[in-house]
Amino acid sequence: MLEIIRQVPVEYYVLYSAILFTIGVMGVLIRRNAIVVLMCIELMLNAVNLLLAAFSTYLSDSKGQLMVFFIMVVAAAEAAVGLGILIMIYRNTKSTDISLLDKLRN
Amino acid sequence: MDFYIFLTLAVISVITALLMVFARNPVHSVLYLILTFFAIAGQYVMLNAQFLAVVHIIVYAGAIMVLFLFVLMLLNLNKDSEPQKSNLWKISGAITSGMLLVVMVGALRNQIQLPAAAEYQPDRGLPAVLGRMLFDSEFVVPFEITGILFLAAMVGAVLVGKREIKV
Repeated sequence: MLEIIRQVPVEYYVLYSAILFTIGVMGVLIRRNAIVVLMCIELMLNAVNLLLAAFSTYLSDSKGQLMVFFIMVVAAAEAAVGLGILIMIYRNTKSTDISLLDKLRN
Repeated sequence: MDFYIFLTLAVISVITALLMVFARNPVHSVLYLILTFFAIAGQYVMLNAQFLAVVHIIVYAGAIMVLFLFVLMLLNLNKDSEPQKSNLWKISGAITSGMLLVVMVGALRNQIQLPAAAEYQPDRGLPAVLGRMLFDSEFVVPFEITGILFLAAMVGAVLVGKREIKV
């Protein structure tokens, strides 16, 4: 339990985080519900967090974990503001479908 | 043994993340994402970042996902009949993100020169070490700025969320 970084090469963590990040990107691309899109952004942030924590353990340096805390703060602020905007959009369009929001294109 | 725990948690989180993307009901998406977060918290425990794991569960599963679930219930979107993108769009989205993964793997393979692993110190994830680092070193100013960011986000969320004021 103590020395996982000796048993699992750090490259595996890089690959794992890349896969999670890609799933988040895929969700942003293929979903139309704005709430699910926000959730996929959270997943991408988490992939980055995991990689930072893995490198923090690999290098025995706590700075990576502190960066993770800052990213969590930004994620929380982003979720609060994003959901507020989303409720506003729902109030005006009665839908959370992001393909309706193309007013700037015309 | 540790390797198999890592592998199990990785497979669980990837599968639940995929289910989150492909679930039709948004409420199911939220629940699958919570499972993903728990698997990631397990990875943090395996990485000996215990405090990070606890904070991750409290912040993500406890606060952010509850907020998402609350908004879903508030807007009454827990139906299966939500708008879907066309199949062509879905396939092209999947192919695009798959190519992103291939590019990332190709760019990282044998290209990064990793420094040698430092000597392992098991106390790196403990709250005492993290707190001392946060308040003693160069992280004090970012920490204070984080407080200002939170205040701004709070004011912004309240301002955006409330109805138009009649002037």
